[in-house]
Amino acid sequence: MAATRDGYGQALLELADNEKVVVLEADLGKSTKSLHFRKAYPERTVSCGIGEQNMLLVAAGMASSGYIPFASTFAIFTERAFEQMRNGVARPNLAVHLCGSHGGTHTGTDGSSAQSIEDLAIYRTLPNVTVMHPSDEVSTRILTKRLASSSNPSYMRTARNKTPVLYDDVSEDTIQIGKGIELKSGSDVAIIACGVLVSEALKAADMLANEGIQATVVDMHTIKPLDTTLIDNVAERCGCIVTAEDHSIIGGLGGAVAEHLSMTSSTPLERVGVKDRFGESGQSDEMLELMELSAPHIRNAVHRAINRK
Amino acid sequence: MQHSIEELEELARKCRIEIVKMVYRAQAGHPGGSLSEIDLLAGLYGTTMRVRSDDPDWEDRDRFILSKGHASPGMYALLAERGFISHDDLTSYRVLGGVCQGHVDMKWCPGVDFSAGSLGMGLSFGMGCAVAAKLDGSERRAFVMLGDGEIQEGSVWEAAMAAAHHELGNLKVILDRNRIQNDDFCESQMRMFDIPAKWKAFGWNVKEIDGHNMNEVVEGMQFLSETNDGPSILIAHTVKGKGVSFMEDNPAFHGAAPNDEQYALALSELGVTV
Repeated sequence: MAATRDGYGQALLELADNEKVVVLEADLGKSTKSLHFRKAYPERTVSCGIGEQNMLLVAAGMASSGYIPFASTFAIFTERAFEQMRNGVARPNLAVHLCGSHGGTHTGTDGSSAQSIEDLAIYRTLPNVTVMHPSDEVSTRILTKRLASSSNPSYMRTARNKTPVLYDDVSEDTIQIGKGIELKSGSDVAIIACGVLVSEALKAADMLANEGIQATVVDMHTIKPLDTTLIDNVAERCGCIVTAEDHSIIGGLGGAVAEHLSMTSSTPLERVGVKDRFGESGQSDEMLELMELSAPHIRNAVHRAINRK
Repeated sequence: MQHSIEELEELARKCRIEIVKMVYRAQAGHPGGSLSEIDLLAGLYGTTMRVRSDDPDWEDRDRFILSKGHASPGMYALLAERGFISHDDLTSYRVLGGVCQGHVDMKWCPGVDFSAGSLGMGLSFGMGCAVAAKLDGSERRAFVMLGDGEIQEGSVWEAAMAAAHHELGNLKVILDRNRIQNDDFCESQMRMFDIPAKWKAFGWNVKEIDGHNMNEVVEGMQFLSETNDGPSILIAHTVKGKGVSFMEDNPAFHGAAPNDEQYALALSELGVTV
């Protein structure tokens, strides 16, 4: 078990050999895990205080001067700087890499004020911006490192709490921005998940196997650009799709998949996500249960999808 | 290249003519704030900015960020007079596919260092340029032009606090204190009380000038160039619409174009015989 935010922090350290890599913080480096970089490279770390709007555009100014800025705060607080991201980063296409940690209801006991359930949706609307929500510490580390050579801006959500490590033994080549990863192959249903719900999707697939239902499970860590080739492939092979995300069912991974499928096929789609409501204080596992996001709920959605075939 | 006071005044007069022409042709745009800022832009580019019109992306250039990005006609006129774009390009102001987008845009126009137009963003961006220059060990500076109404945006003060914290002596602000914003006089929209005291309290070096007296403008630019112990701000008291009688101090010409009659009058006041 490990938290994806630790993968982010580790990646920044591994990127430090590139002297153009700089880190920006808004008083949450201990939480987002950029603190390791700050301690090792204080001269390349810019403290912006509790000022997210300023942080985004300081990063933009540095990107325009040839630097590769990684800025982080809680996912929810990045949203305060949405217009800065829109007008000052995405519009001039400056390669600022924004990381929102503590995303989703999985964040837990701080309650609804700290549980971003709309971040993936809002950043997905911005031209030029890559949007990612990796599922484990290893893939977060690898994807963060890949961002350093990307020429466009990005938003990556990480999670506060620990989840299973899924990619301990894989070659780094298998983890690429914009390419979904098929973790399990079956022909009855495809479960496309992101972030903390990928491991729940795998659990659901095991439950379904006991019922004789063979599920494909895809880790769709990149929500934009969406791996539509893989979606078309699993839609044809499995005949129905379930999406799963710790995010509003409006506009996130489920929304993105629905938008694509509506253009290409009549494959039944069921979306598991936060049902247009806010969260509350609770432990991670309690939140996944309350929001109907955990493995049994994904399994139920699979039954609904199969019945619609 | 240094210029005499008379040359700078003449540069500003030529720019004023182009500002009026651009806004008239487009029948839209922002003449008031362009006319209030233009003596400052002429003074800045004529005496201080280290830039190359034949190499606008030169890495070690000073950066200029027109944070009040709607006052773009002033910027475009200046860039044309300084050879970054052609006078022909000025006809593209607010025209589909034009170099001169409605608000200054770094993706469209050579010599523009930031895509502005949404207020309260330029100072933060300029701070990023200043931090980058320090990291590079470069002498380049970041100059940012703010509007006075613009400093009602809270994010300006996030940047003001951060720039002083980071002791950014290479970050220089010019505040165009023309006392009018979109809807009306600033005084009626949001009183700002003692503006110099606010910047001083945030740890900035502050100087006030008459933004239409070219001698004072040049002195102001010297102040910005020579003040390197932390960020500095030149508060320039200006008149919105300066140089065109019916636009002066008139909130109606924050964002409105002259009609045919007004256009002829404006040009004649600026010394153009039509």
